[in-house]
This record gives sequence, structure tokens and C-alpha cells, in this order.
Amino acid sequence: MSGATLLKESGPKEVFCGLTSIVWLHRRMPDAFFLVVGSRTCAHLIQSAAGVMIFAEPRFGTAILEERDLAGLADAHDELNRVVKNLLARRPEIKTLFLVGSCPSEVIKIDLSRVAENLNIELKGQVTVLNYSGSGIETTFTQGEDGALKALIPLMPKSDQKKLLLVGTLANAVEDRLISIFNRLGIDKVESFPPRQSTELPSIGPETKVLLTQPYLTDTARELKNKGAEIIDAPFPLGVTGSTLWIQAAANSFGIDKSKVDSILNPLISRAKEALAPHVEKLSGKKLFLLPESQLEIPLARFLSNECGMEIVEIGTPYLNRDLMKAEIDLLPPDCRIVEGQHVEKQLDRVRDSSPDLVVCGMGLANPLEAEGISTKWSIEMVFSPIHGIDQASDLAELFSRPLRRHDILNPTKTLTSN
Amino acid sequence: MELTLWTYEGPPHIGAMRIATSMKKLHYVLHAPQGDTYADLLFTMIERRGSRPPVTYTTFQARDLGGDTAELVKGHIKEAVDRFKPETLLVGESCTAELIQDQPGSLAKGMGFDIPIVSLELPAYSKKENWGGSETFYQIVRTLLKDHSNESKDTWQEEKRRPRVNLLGPTLLGFRCRDDVLEIQKLLGQYGIDVNVVAPLGASPADIMRIPNADVNVCLYPEIAESTCIWLERNLNIPFTKTVPLGVGATQDFLKELHEVLEMEIPQSVNESNNSKLTWYSNSVDSNYLTGKRVFIFGDGTHALAAARIANEELGFKVVGLGTYSREMARKVRPAAKALGLEALITNDYLEVEDAIKETSPELVLGTQMERHSAKRLGIPCAVISTPMHVQDVPARYSPQMGWEGANVIFDDWVHPLMMGLEEHLIGMFKHDFEFVDGHQSHLGHLGGKGTENINQGVKTTISNDSTNTSSDPIWTHEGERELSKIPFFVRGKVRRNTENYARQAGCREINEETLYDAKAHYKA
Repeated sequence: MSGATLLKESGPKEVFCGLTSIVWLHRRMPDAFFLVVGSRTCAHLIQSAAGVMIFAEPRFGTAILEERDLAGLADAHDELNRVVKNLLARRPEIKTLFLVGSCPSEVIKIDLSRVAENLNIELKGQVTVLNYSGSGIETTFTQGEDGALKALIPLMPKSDQKKLLLVGTLANAVEDRLISIFNRLGIDKVESFPPRQSTELPSIGPETKVLLTQPYLTDTARELKNKGAEIIDAPFPLGVTGSTLWIQAAANSFGIDKSKVDSILNPLISRAKEALAPHVEKLSGKKLFLLPESQLEIPLARFLSNECGMEIVEIGTPYLNRDLMKAEIDLLPPDCRIVEGQHVEKQLDRVRDSSPDLVVCGMGLANPLEAEGISTKWSIEMVFSPIHGIDQASDLAELFSRPLRRHDILNPTKTLTSN
Repeated sequence: MELTLWTYEGPPHIGAMRIATSMKKLHYVLHAPQGDTYADLLFTMIERRGSRPPVTYTTFQARDLGGDTAELVKGHIKEAVDRFKPETLLVGESCTAELIQDQPGSLAKGMGFDIPIVSLELPAYSKKENWGGSETFYQIVRTLLKDHSNESKDTWQEEKRRPRVNLLGPTLLGFRCRDDVLEIQKLLGQYGIDVNVVAPLGASPADIMRIPNADVNVCLYPEIAESTCIWLERNLNIPFTKTVPLGVGATQDFLKELHEVLEMEIPQSVNESNNSKLTWYSNSVDSNYLTGKRVFIFGDGTHALAAARIANEELGFKVVGLGTYSREMARKVRPAAKALGLEALITNDYLEVEDAIKETSPELVLGTQMERHSAKRLGIPCAVISTPMHVQDVPARYSPQMGWEGANVIFDDWVHPLMMGLEEHLIGMFKHDFEFVDGHQSHLGHLGGKGTENINQGVKTTISNDSTNTSSDPIWTHEGERELSKIPFFVRGKVRRNTENYARQAGCREINEETLYDAKAHYKA
């Protein structure tokens, strides 16, 4: 490991819980429905985080626990059964139903796996019912996706076919682009997990080589490994360097000739660097503070410092998986401060003390920081925007240069200073 | 267990947060897991607040549950008091913490602080946001004033001063509360009445202590302030006004009620017709086309009730649906609906509301942001009159709902979508003119001008699909369809249905131009 300083902090946190992942998972698999078994708070959380998406026909909902559900667990199981059947009668197009555990359902110990098992027997393959926990007492934000993917793994068929499996939700356009690049390199069989249809799960076996597209898939990676798959060590595909190393790692693992890889990637790299240049100009020398939320903080900091010249004040992360993150941490500039966990008040004190030019943070904190004159970027945008891959590096940089550009437009006399 | 895809109200602790965040020098320690911190964004994004809510979440985790969560709670309480130095501390729990029964309120009271501590018990599995807001405000006022002597004090006349009132109920995330307070302050000033305390919005615990200095409480938002007003009346002998000044008539009634309670003579100016432009605008010839417009109303209790009165009495609309998501207000909304010949729709299910809109085929929907979306899908104009709040409901401009200016705003907000409705019709009529051939973009989206018809065509298809015996269904001739297409889109669906019913009754196999006119005459008769 490099000279990054790894610290831990605890205290009051300001992060989303795993339920929030539903907001992008339901878009990835339009034939799946996510039913949170929880409270009115859970329903309110998802609708607040999902914003306008709720106004379409939503493929997520909440079975809201009421007083009488708390009285007896057996009754709660029956009630859930009833709610699920009503839902399925109304929405016959649903192929996979995720029962998503929440803080209250975990605390009163509703056994969602048992409910799922019973429903699967009753429904006889019409719909597959799965369960995982998105509860805020166990998961943060992106860990919800980790849980959902882990729940799908037992359903993946076995296969001895040699293939590359991209794991983690990507924007469809980005996914197509990355697959076409792997195809050009000579890796013909490339599949994705999660798939675009919940019923079209990729197969898995000892010849499957897994390339993680997202950094928050700790449990999923472990389970895939248990299924015999090989996890390719690589940094994550953010920025030109990260994406290049990520593609190269896969190419290496498939024994593809380095000169072939270079001949295909080099034109992309030089084009991407050109596109990146104006953003680098804007970002270079600016101070960046990342508050913990998505677990994308370390790869983002690595890209913004190494390729965009930003100065990293602190990298907050809700959870640090040192194995999965090793390649990333090795690339970080020396003396980078990584803080796992959070004491939001103390961390905001550090933000103010360091007067950064840009803070990456959750939606609740952004405007208060803006009101103090600190530009911000919502971390939730990173999980919605097509930012992965060499071709997307300038789009990724643009997400960060825009707030600074805007600040300059609105405050022409007062440019941001780094002191 | 209730399946919910979307909900009008959050849980009760969100109501408590609305009170805490509305006030000053007060801090709320909320025993809750980390995910519950999403609530901050309601204030910082929807309300665009430049400061964080004064809330410390204990953000306990699964691993804490095995150990001593009570100690964890106490640690957070101590830290919050040290850091924020509140004058009053609220302590409560969200749904999950309610299950583990740490009783944070009692814990806080045992910690020896010398500030008032308000312990909140808000049953998360049976109550909702507005109830939580109301209960929190009540508990704060009760805690801070319970030792206040209630011996009778001198009246404003005896003290030879101007009368003073408190404005109770406005909160953050309440519909246009910020501007309503300014408007009512201005209005009262014109009648020589001073405002003593506005609460919860902008009030500190010290301000709450000054509530008894007023002669009357003005209950601006019964959802939030009614229980507090009742307590203040019973215990401190402060009467309160029951009329909410939304609309011209209600503002007049409010002023009369307030003058009576204060034993002031009612000035003639209260009844003048030029206080608000709404009266004249509604009387002007241009507004003739508003007559009998079918309007569907749904929202919180206060705004839905007021909207029904304004629509019925001041704009000459016909109210075809009235409802609320607020069960606490059902008692008031039911008789109001009955007086209009309707049955009130009391529900928290937006799909049920959407069905009711379809069923009544209104020409205007007055609802929440959710009804705005439902109306958009149905191609019906809509104005938003109530919470839940959306970033659009916190306009940069001054835009009250209450008082004379509020009535002006309401006239514009409700009538402009309808003007556009008329415009849609004209565009429909002139759609073959060359100016419009390039597909004039409707503000209602692609459904504009066709929505109601589409719904009914949908219904029609279903009928003909699932019925083998279609012989009883009359068939529209080319001429009939052409005549139908000349009818304004917003009544076209209704005309289509009526004509088909008539044709069936009359035994017509075909609907031609004449059948349409026959049906028209039949239903007018």
C-alpha cells in the first residue's frame, strides 16, 4: 500500500441506507419489482430519494407495517403473503420479486427468506421471489445493490464456458460500449450481472472471470468466488487510467497480446485525454473533500487527483474493503487521508477548516454547504450518470468542473481561491 | 400491512422535524438509524434551506443492538447539547427505535440538564406526519407553559393598548406558510391588530413563553395548531379563531370573527369588494366561461375545504369531487362534501384519487403534486393547492394563499391552467390551419387536447374486447365521429359516454350527427 493514511471515525452519520439502491436497480431490471417490508419512513425515504421517478408506474413499493403486524410474527408473515399476492395480481408482468428487509423488519425479525421460500412453492415458478436486506442498521446506500446481486447468485446456472462477467449496474449505453471494446480485443463472450432482464441471469463457473465495475460489491464478489469464478484484480473503470488498467487487467487475464491491447486502447486514450484537457484546466490545483456515501469516493479521488490535478483534502467512505480497494489505494498520492465511517459534525468542522473548492456529499448536506460558499457535487449523481470507461472520462470530469464553472459565472469578481 | 407505492404524508417524526426546523434555539435528538437522515434533504432541497435541520440522529447500527443502546443515546444527547447549546431539547425516536424501547426522552430527563426537555412519543406505526407535527408543537407549548399562571389578565382595552394576537401553525414544508404569515401580518396591521408571536415558524422557546401575552390565538393551520389552540384556551383562557382566511369570503369571515372575539367594532372596509382583485376578475365578462366548470379537489384538510368554498362561491365552478388524505380532518371534510351533494373521498391511496378523477371527468383538478401528475396523464389542467411539498411549491416570488393577496394568487393559479385549457381547445379547432400543421406543442404534453377522449376510448376498447355480444353497443358513423370531434376536448369524453348511453336506451344501432343532438337535448331536458 502507498502512504495513504487510513482512519476510522464513528458518531452521527449522514448517509442513505441500502434501500436507496432500489432507485437504480429497478431501472436496470424492468421486469423486477422491489417490495420493501418496512415502515412509512421507508416509503417516504424512497419516494424522496427517487424524486420524479415515482410519478411513472413505479416498480417499487413498501408493505407498510402497522401496529397489528408488530403484535404477532405469524400474522405478519400471513399479511405479507396477502400483500404480495395482491401486488402480483395487479402486476402480472413482474418476473422477479425482491422482498427487501428494512430496519424495522430486521428488528422485529420478520423472516423474509421463509416468506420468499413459501411464496416460491405456492407460485410454482410464475414469479421468482428473493429477499435481501437494505436496512440502514446493516447497509449504506450502494450496499443495497450488493445485497440484491448476492440474492440472485444462487439462481445463476453453472457453466464451464470461458467468459468475462462484468459485475455491477452500469448505464446501458456504457455497458454496450465496454462490451464492444472487449469484443474488439478478442474477448467474445462478455456478459453482465445484473442482467437487463432479471430472468436472463448469466451462467457461472470456474472459467468465469469477473471484472467488477463498481467498488461496493463486497458480498457479491465473495459469493461469485465461492461459485468458482475468478475475480480479476484491477482498479475501477473511472477515468482514463482507471479504465485502461481495468480493461488491461481483463485482457491480461485472457492472455491477449499487449501490443494488440495497446493498438486498440491508445487511440481511445489520446482522444479521451484531449477531451479531458479543458476540465483539467478548471480542476487543477483545486481542493476536494469527499464525504462518505457511495463507496465510489476512493476511485473518484484517485481520478480527480491523478488525472485532473485536484488536491485531495480527505476521502470519506462509509465502508472500506481493503482487498477490493487495494489497487485503488496503491494509485493514490502519498499522504492521502482516508476516513472510514463518519462523525458528521466533526467532519463538517474539518470541511470548514480546510475551505475546499468542492465537496462531494449527499443531498441533505449540499445546500447548507453551498450557502456557506462551498461548491458541492451530489454523490448520488455518480450512480446515475454514465461515467465508466475511457470514453466517459471527460463526462465524469465535467460533473466536477461544472459547479466550479458555475461558481465563476455567478461570481465573476470573486474567483475561488485555494487557501 | 398496507401496500404503498407513494404516500402523501411521511411518518410522524417528520412532522416533529418540521416543527424543530421551523423554530430557533431548539435541538432535536432523534433516536434513529442512519437511513433516516434522508429527511434532511426535505428541508435543504425541497425547501432550499441554507442550513441543516437542528437534528442529531443517533444512527445506531445492528451491532449496537447487542450492546447498550441507551448509553449510545445518552452520548449523542450530551454531545448535541454541548455542541448546539439549545434553549430547549426535543427527544424522540423514529419507527425503528420505537421497537427497541430505549425511551430516550426519559434518559435525557435523567441527565441533569438545566434546559426544558420535551419528550416526544409519536407512534410511528399508526400515525403520520401532520399528526406528529401537531403533537410536537403541542408538547413544546405545554412543556414551556405548563407552570404559567392562568389568572385572568387585563384586556387590551383595560391596558389601553392595541390588541395582540399570535399566529399559530405555520411551519416549514407547509404550503406557502412563509408568505401567508407576511400577508396576515400585513392584513392585521391594517386593522390595528399587532402580532405578538408567530409559531412554530421562526419562534424560539423564549417566544413560546410570550404566547400568553396575546389576547387571541389565530389558528392558521388547524392540522398543526388546533390541539395547541384548544389547550391554550382551556388552560390559559386565550380564545382562538376557527376561520382560516383562505379566499375572499373566508378572509372576511376571519376578520369578523377576530373582531368579535377581540370585542372590536367590525369596520365597513372588511366587506368592500375591492379588497381582492379576485372578486372583480371573477365578475368580469372574461370569466363567464368559468361558469359551472367541473372541478375536482383533493389535498390536506385545510386547503381542500377552502378550495371547495372558493371554487363554489367565488369562482362559480361546480365542485364534482372533494377529498383529503388527512384522516384527522375527515370530520370536517365530510359535511362540506355533503353540502355540495358529494361524498368525501378520504384516502391515502393516490391511485384511488386518480380513479375518482377519471370517474368524475373534471375540467380542472385542484390537488397535490401527485394529482398534478395524474391530471397530466389524463390531459386535464391542474393547479396545486396543498402539500406534500415539491420544490415548485417554494416559489422565489411572494405568493401567499391567505388574505386578499392570497385570493389574487389563487385566482391566477387556478384560472391560468384553464385559460390554457381554452387555448388547447382553440388549437384543436384550428389544427388544420397552416400555422398549426407542424404539430403545435401543447403544454399538457402529447396528451394535450386529447386526454379525456383517450381515456374513454380506452374504456370503449375494453368493453368491446371482453364482450362477445357487441351487438348492443351502438356504432359511431363517420358523421357522428366528425361531429363529436368538434366538441371541446374536455367535455368530449362525457358527451361520447352520454350519447352512447342515450343511443342504447333509445335502441339506436348507429350514432350519427342527429343522435348526438338528440342525446344533447335529452340530457339538457
